Amino acid sequence: MSQLFYVWPFVRLGLADVWRHKTRSFLTMLGMVFGVASVIAMLAVGEGASQQALESIKRLGSQNILLSSEKPPESSGSGAGRSKLAMYGLLYEDEQRIRETVPEVLLTVPARMVRRNTRFSDRQMELRVVETEPTWFDVVDRPLLAGRVLRTHDLEVNANVCVLTELGVRRLLAAEEMVGQLIRIGSGTFEVVGIVKNAEGGAVQAPDSEADVYIPISTGKKLFGDTVIRYTTDGHPEGERIELGQIIVKMSSTEAVEAGSKAMEAMLARFHKKRDYKINVPLTLLREAERTKKTFNVVLGAIAGISLLVGGIGIMNIMLASVTERTKEIGIRRAIGARKSRIIVQFLINTCVLSIGGGGLGILLGVAIPMVITLTTDMPTVIQPYSLFLAFGISAGIGILFGLYPAMRAASLDPIEALRHE
Amino acid sequence: MSVSRMEEVVRLEQVKRHYHVGDEMVHALDGISFSIQKGGYWAIMGQSGSGKSTMLNILGCLDRPSSGAYWLNGVNVAEMDDDELSDHRLKNLGFIFQSFHLIPQLTVRENIEVPLLYLGLPAHERSAKANELAERVGMAHRLKHLPTELSGGQRQRVAVARALANDPAVLLADEPTGNLDTATSIQIMGLFQELHEQGKTVIIVTHEPDIANYAKSRIVLKDGRVATITEAAI
Repeated sequence: MSQLFYVWPFVRLGLADVWRHKTRSFLTMLGMVFGVASVIAMLAVGEGASQQALESIKRLGSQNILLSSEKPPESSGSGAGRSKLAMYGLLYEDEQRIRETVPEVLLTVPARMVRRNTRFSDRQMELRVVETEPTWFDVVDRPLLAGRVLRTHDLEVNANVCVLTELGVRRLLAAEEMVGQLIRIGSGTFEVVGIVKNAEGGAVQAPDSEADVYIPISTGKKLFGDTVIRYTTDGHPEGERIELGQIIVKMSSTEAVEAGSKAMEAMLARFHKKRDYKINVPLTLLREAERTKKTFNVVLGAIAGISLLVGGIGIMNIMLASVTERTKEIGIRRAIGARKSRIIVQFLINTCVLSIGGGGLGILLGVAIPMVITLTTDMPTVIQPYSLFLAFGISAGIGILFGLYPAMRAASLDPIEALRHE
Repeated sequence: MSVSRMEEVVRLEQVKRHYHVGDEMVHALDGISFSIQKGGYWAIMGQSGSGKSTMLNILGCLDRPSSGAYWLNGVNVAEMDDDELSDHRLKNLGFIFQSFHLIPQLTVRENIEVPLLYLGLPAHERSAKANELAERVGMAHRLKHLPTELSGGQRQRVAVARALANDPAVLLADEPTGNLDTATSIQIMGLFQELHEQGKTVIIVTHEPDIANYAKSRIVLKDGRVATITEAAI
């Protein structure tokens, strides 16, 4: 209690001192202001970016492994003017082999993705048609908005049913209730049985982040086959035959993901002569994103640390000047009977008033900057509550650290000499 | 003898203080002994170079004797460390300086409260005590003023109030009228006279005979030794 009686007058004295030298104090505090503001703002920006990235990676599923077909480099059309049928990519056999030989595989979901003309009443639109199995919706997080998703039964009977994404619905400019309506996809007519939410925007390309329409893979195969013929710009047909565009493999646990992806890699390498596939492991991406975030934080920390160091040195400099200025006052206080420790405390409080004052302004600025960034650039920012406490702690810490030397200098003055000082 | 011992506020025994200046040894004080009874009103005189300033520093517990003993209020100061010395000043001494030495950024009230702050008094007690002390030196109407807004005499009155704040065993004044005109000097010396009459022990260090004449007893220093000592009966 009595310590409080003792500290408060010195806090007031420190505040009065800051106020008396307004310009000087303000300039001194600027270092702290920018240091603290940059800590908070950069953490907020970094956290915003990484949360966004992590979110989209998590949406892919951290237990999942994504295998996709990729056009091998050497097979790209060299015979100009000639029709050409390129055959590459993942096969049903691959899926089967994975399911049967790779341990810890929970389930595999095949998918084919082809852009096709889609029509709804008089509206025509090219949508990406995802031919897949009902399990797709178990593996990829896609909340249902209306109706239902695909069922095993649809697969068994090659039903002409489809599920649209929200974005797909919007692209077709369907204002009314879509579920139960009929749409044309390529040469087939499909009944819309459900609508699912789109994946939200992300840094990592989700396999199904666009305007998609999902149909049973069996129906697709029966209706469209495996071959896609496209016409090149000079009017020559160009065909591609891909059995499976994608296989999503869900492992029984995140721990099994790494070994599983290695096993699949080895297996595919053995059965595919050309490298016409790609393996994406969201978990690895997640780890990479986390590592990037860590690196980012270290760089941020270093920058912030340097600006705080500079701020602290600025404060120390001013405090040293202040000690010289107030030599006589120190002498008077010592003569009256102040112990050295009380002089130290007084000057530390004074430094802390400066540094915490600067820190406080820095917190305000550091909260304002991310808000402005989000408002003007659409970049997500997340102000971390801990960063505010961290900033406060750092500014108090800097006050004490950089105040200590001037304070000790003040306390070590010989009272007789100090009193004589003019 | 034992009774008079108890009444003794200041006692010096063979106090020596020497400094090294380069290779040379300067004997600022060279074996000084005297004692001051409670309620005494003393002047310590001497030309510059007589050891007067060193005497003041030692009496004021700002400096320690190189050898010998100094009892202030019954405690030997010679063996104290810096913190003990500080505490001893805080409890037993009231300083009054030639150039007042008020803290310029503090108001009159805050200046008077400085010792009370270090003594750990809570705010309301400090405030009450400051009022009382300002009243005592006739400065109650200037409590909110800064020292720069006061005349020299007024500043010295505030300094006296501050020196009295801890109810010290000894009031130690260093040329208290050195920066004041004659009329104001007389007023300030009147204030010391009052304090003496209220039973305070007052020591004034001065080179001015006029000022020394106000005191009842006198020590004259010369070359670091006591030249003459004249003690009045209390």
